[in-house]
This record gives sequence, structure tokens and C-alpha cells, in this order.
Amino acid sequence: MKNFLKFFLVGIFFGIVLVKSEAVSWYRIYEMFKFQSFHMYGIIGTAVFTGIILLLIAKKKHLKTTQGTYLRVPLKDKGLIRYIAGGSIFGLGWALCGACPGPMYILVGTGVFSILIVIAATLVGTFVYGLLKRKLPH
Amino acid sequence: MELIKEPWPWYVSGPCIAITMFLLLYFGRTFGMSSNLRTMCAIGGAGKYSEFFRFDWKSHRWNLIVVLGAVTGGFIAHFFLSNPIDMNLSAETVKDLNELGFKNAGNSLLPPELFAWENVLTLKGITILIVGGFLVGFGTRYAGGCTSGHAITGLSSLQLPSLVAVIGFFIGGLIMIHLIFPILF
Repeated sequence: MKNFLKFFLVGIFFGIVLVKSEAVSWYRIYEMFKFQSFHMYGIIGTAVFTGIILLLIAKKKHLKTTQGTYLRVPLKDKGLIRYIAGGSIFGLGWALCGACPGPMYILVGTGVFSILIVIAATLVGTFVYGLLKRKLPH
Repeated sequence: MELIKEPWPWYVSGPCIAITMFLLLYFGRTFGMSSNLRTMCAIGGAGKYSEFFRFDWKSHRWNLIVVLGAVTGGFIAHFFLSNPIDMNLSAETVKDLNELGFKNAGNSLLPPELFAWENVLTLKGITILIVGGFLVGFGTRYAGGCTSGHAITGLSSLQLPSLVAVIGFFIGGLIMIHLIFPILF
């Protein structure tokens, strides 16, 4: 129960932040890809900057997680094609529906239920990737 | 309270996103929203068709709780912590969108031209949402992460694959907005 609560609360915090920052807005994503405002770059930039600092502090202080292990970021697999190709495919969809996976869930909460169609389609996309995984270059 | 109801500036929101990532790492997990798509497929029985979906999804349930929280947070923020939406978009964006046929840009979170039911239920409307969603689902799993996993977590931990993925995000996004949008709208 305690476990449930802490993840639920982190989710609530995340949802509130993304709505209040307008990062869930289709318009903001369009504006970002048009380079017409600093807003989204400011959000991502300060998020990454703060993230780097927090991770450096955690490393320096040998911070342990609540599980008792050292705090570590899982390493991404080596590769090139999957990141550039998969990333570009994701980018096309991100710009078209103006939402990446996090905001999609959050938008359901704001009452835009047509986003459920997009979510259903992401599940189909994920499923098809699972079917084709072995045939794709990674 | 009035301050909370106003849109939050980027220099407040960005660090808050980093805190979300850090809390999940501190709990011994990680910040990745698109992983949930694989988990949901696995729960739905996709393991019958591909080994990609045969994993211990029960150990990923915590992430679905984060999603549940995110939906709740969206609800709280939108209905209790916001003034009526009037986004401070750049004037050029509003003008460009107007030319593409998107009126009143910034008066709602999402354009009714794409997300209002009367437009969703047209052939073009539903195709856009389905194709867009499909590309997001396929692309994030191919790239092994989305904005949370690569752009925030991966870049914060200075991982080269994530930088490549983020460059990919922009290649795709720029192609869509600058080359495909003028054809679509």
C-alpha cells in the first residue's frame, strides 16, 4: 500500500507539472518544432540541467535507493540505427498528434477522451514492433 | 493560489520534471513512460505472438501506478489548478496555424480541429490520430524510449544513444511540421 501510494503521488506530481507547464499541449509542440518560442526548450533544457546536477550529487554522496542499492541510471544498449530510425519514427508521430506517451495519459485526465484513440494506436504500434523486432536492424 | 493557477514558467517546470525522474530513480526504478506500452501489450496477451512481450510484467506494475497518478494529476491540474486556458503562444505560431486552418490557437490544450469528436470521426481525422499514435508506439519501442527515457533520463546521465535518439526525435518532428503539414492541412 505504501508502495502504491508513493508511485501514485509521483504520478500526480508529474501530471500536474506537465499540464501547468503546457507541455501536454499540441500547440506547444508545434511551436517548438517551428523554433518560434523558447518555452519547450527552456523546459527540456532546465530539466536536463537539473537532472545532471542531481545525478552528480547522488554519485558524489554515494546515495542509496530505498531498495538499498546505489542509485544508478540503467544504461541504454549500444547501437545506432535503432536510435536514429526509431527516434525519427517517434518524432513524426509526436509532431503529428502533439503528444508523447506521458502527456497522452495525462490528457485523458484533462477530459480529452479522443486521445484514447491515439493511445490505442500506440499499443498497436508497440505490438507490431514486437512482431517485427527480429527483422529490424538495431 | 493565484500563482499556481497561472501557467508555470519553464524554469519552474523543467526542474520539477527532473525531480520526478530523480524520485523514481531514488525508489530504485526509472523514468520511462513508453515502457508502459510494452507492459500493457504483455498484459493483453501479446506474449503469445512475440517473445518481446514475454517478460515479468508484474515487476513493472509500479509504472502503471505512475500512469494512474499522471491521469489523476492531469485531472487535478486542469479542473482545479488552472484558469481558463489562454496560452501565451508566439504570435508567429498563431498566425502560421491560422493559415493552416487552425483557428483560435491556444484557447484550449489541444486543437478542436484534430481532437473534437465531430472532426475525429471523419476519415481524415481518425487517420491522423491512428497513424500518429502508431508511429509513436512503434518508434518509441524501436528507439527504446521516448521523451522521458531518452530526452530527460538519458541526457541527464550523459548517454550517447539517448543523444542520437533525441536527434532522431527532431529529424522526425521537423519533417512532419515543415514538410508534411503543408500537404496535410
